[in-house]
Amino acid sequence: MFESFKKAVLAVAVFAFMAGVSEASSIVIKGSTTVLPVAQGTLEAFMKAHPGVQMSLSGGGSGEGIKALIDKTTDIATSSRDIKPSEIELAKSRGVNPVEHVVAFDAIIPVVHPSNKVSNLTTDQLSQIYQGKITNWKEVGGEDLKIVVISRDSSSGTFESWDHFVMKKAKVTPRAQMLASNGALVTAVAKNRFAIAYLGIGYLNKSVKPLQVNGVTASVQTAMSKEYPLSRELYMYTNGEPTGDVAKYLAFVKSAQGQAVVAKEGFVPLMDVKKTGKK
Amino acid sequence: MMNRRIKETLIKYLFFLFALVSVIVLGLIVFSLFREGLPIFQHTPVWDFLFGMEWYPTYDPPSFGIFPLIVGSVIVTLLAAVIAVPLGLLAAIYISEIAPKAVKEILKSVIELLAGLPSVVLGFFGMVVVAPWLQDTFDLPTGLNIVNASAILAIMAIPTISSISEDALYSVPREFKEASYALGATKFETIAKVIVPAALSGISTAIMLGMARAIGETMVVLMVAGGAAAIPESLFDSVRPMPASIAAEMGETPYRSPHYHALFATGMVLFFMTLAFNLIADYVSHKFKQTGSATL
Repeated sequence: MFESFKKAVLAVAVFAFMAGVSEASSIVIKGSTTVLPVAQGTLEAFMKAHPGVQMSLSGGGSGEGIKALIDKTTDIATSSRDIKPSEIELAKSRGVNPVEHVVAFDAIIPVVHPSNKVSNLTTDQLSQIYQGKITNWKEVGGEDLKIVVISRDSSSGTFESWDHFVMKKAKVTPRAQMLASNGALVTAVAKNRFAIAYLGIGYLNKSVKPLQVNGVTASVQTAMSKEYPLSRELYMYTNGEPTGDVAKYLAFVKSAQGQAVVAKEGFVPLMDVKKTGKK
Repeated sequence: MMNRRIKETLIKYLFFLFALVSVIVLGLIVFSLFREGLPIFQHTPVWDFLFGMEWYPTYDPPSFGIFPLIVGSVIVTLLAAVIAVPLGLLAAIYISEIAPKAVKEILKSVIELLAGLPSVVLGFFGMVVVAPWLQDTFDLPTGLNIVNASAILAIMAIPTISSISEDALYSVPREFKEASYALGATKFETIAKVIVPAALSGISTAIMLGMARAIGETMVVLMVAGGAAAIPESLFDSVRPMPASIAAEMGETPYRSPHYHALFATGMVLFFMTLAFNLIADYVSHKFKQTGSATL
């Protein structure tokens, strides 16, 4: 009885000690759900290489991450969009200096149900569909079926990028379904032959059919060459120039090893982008 | 002697303090809800906020009209009540008046188990099972719609309605039933004309609390209502009830921006609606209160 009590005390003490040690070098990452797979993959690889560093990761969205950076509750904010001037202003007023790091490229892809005959849409057609002006698939060369427009929530970074690439400030029809995550969106489209939605390239899987945009197939190559019209940068923000473990982690993400993870998660790595840029 | 009296007083105030804690907490929550919600009315007048047809919070300029969201909440809740009230009430009558003892015990615990199901589990069920089934069976453009959300909300409201109704039915005095049978009434007549009317105040409370549970439920409507901020044209259209909108957008809105205040103001509207349900429940339970030994 007494032995087991002693063991328990020892276990608690050891645990507390370990928690204390790990707290000394811990990195908190928060932000975009689009960047989440990149952060997750690189974090796991980085922690394997640096066992002393404790890291925690959470989603919530680009805005949430930047808010956390401004509140100093996170070391790194991930974002699928540029930091807004109003956010920079708020950050400066709190003594936070957001520094931008491009960590990967992303392509946004319109997706439909695999049974849908349509395989290519122009950005203009996409815009008309999302404004609720085109409401039937036969108007864009498909079957005589109503179009069910599915969008990410108006607060998500993916939505903002979609607005930036396709909508150009036109309003998404209020009849559009607004879903709260990329995952929910894939599930909805995979089970609905009326549906159209858009995704970050990292979330694309075989259950949905990707569409060409303006005749260009979205792929790592076309996104890198910027031939594919709906591609964008993914960011990590830090407060000031990163130091210590945070700097090590960011260097790792940008390294060949980190970018291999980026590619594996279905995003477009930076390295090749730079290479093709030089060509 | 003195010592005992001091003890008494101390204990009295201690318990008063415990009772006060929930009141204080409620007061503080309401206070912060209003503090964060009211500033939106400098941006959008109350009328435009409540009856505006456009919810475009992230556009420039933004429009904060929550009427489609209010309609979404109301319609989903009403349809849920249409499904849950008969089921919950009839289940309560069966359990309380008809079922043999063994069946009664099993049914009661199963219904209590239903109440314990996390809403995210029900929401997931609605999303991956009910939605495709609805869509295939009725050949609909989408399975994430009012009917789906209402059905899932009904499942959540049934335990509340059924267990509170059952308590009310159970506390109808024995003499009432015996008097009814003595007059030659059948079991059905006794239930329909004596027991249910005598328990009406408790049953009404049960229904109101069940509906209050449905209107405030967030996870289910976020997952299965579809999230379209438009006035629905049919029961198979998607809607965006207020809690879903708050939950989906709060994480992404800049602190103390108009959008942030608008979401808190939506929370205020929701608060007033649940308050109304509670007040109605209170009023009804007083109005239908039986005098005499049936007082519940």
